[in-house]
Amino acid sequence: MKFTIQVNEGPYQHQATDSAYLFTKAALEKGHEIFRVFFYHDGVNNGTRLTTPPQDDRNIVKRWGELSAGHDLGLVICGAAAQRRGIVDDGEAERNGKDATNIAEGFRISGLGQLVEGAIQSDRLVVFGD
Amino acid sequence: MSEIKKFMYVNRRAPYGTIYAWESLEVVLIGAAFEQDVSMAFIDDGVYQLIKGQDTTGLEMKNFSPTYAALGDYEVTKIYIEKESLEERGLTLDDLQHLTWEDEDEDWAEKDSIQLISRAEMVKVFADQDVFFNF
Repeated sequence: MKFTIQVNEGPYQHQATDSAYLFTKAALEKGHEIFRVFFYHDGVNNGTRLTTPPQDDRNIVKRWGELSAGHDLGLVICGAAAQRRGIVDDGEAERNGKDATNIAEGFRISGLGQLVEGAIQSDRLVVFGD
Repeated sequence: MSEIKKFMYVNRRAPYGTIYAWESLEVVLIGAAFEQDVSMAFIDDGVYQLIKGQDTTGLEMKNFSPTYAALGDYEVTKIYIEKESLEERGLTLDDLQHLTWEDEDEDWAEKDSIQLISRAEMVKVFADQDVFFNF
């Protein structure tokens, strides 16, 4: 089955992001296709490389990136939500005159159309959040 | 896009306590470009999103409620309000914005977008959908 995953909550604050990761990983291991993972609302905070979780805890940002690299998985952050919350890549930094970037390896910033397209192209849209 | 899917946007939260309502509306507006068969449902505290005469001055937040009136222009013409959710909050349809759309097949006649339905009827409407955007 082909899935698009939507992540609506921030890392560490809310288990939704852990559940989304574990679901995505399990689905891939079972041979399903993940069309895309889309990060919305505070979920965009999954994509900052500036987090430093304690060493005895899971590294949520890094493990998304590793999953992406291992499975050619698209991790897409909503641009409008990212602008509000300060998730910045080179393009956003240039467009909005920011002096730094913080996007993590494996993530990219794009538009809400990527979520809608994912819902159209996939058999299931699975939403993680409250 | 090959097929048209039935999209249901479910709005469950009050408009300003969290950003879900506003960012949900942004998905609806962007999603309109994909020309799917779109419906919106307002249930639980979500019915507060459509209260007319909202004034957010004291909150120092943007009052995005006028945007709902534009939904008809985005061809979002099926807006379901759950009757029990209104009643539980002491509200009636008169407390909500009057949302309309213009039917080009009937000489641009103005029609109501809002349909007031019971919780049981909402279940049937939901059962008929392909994709849920749940906010």
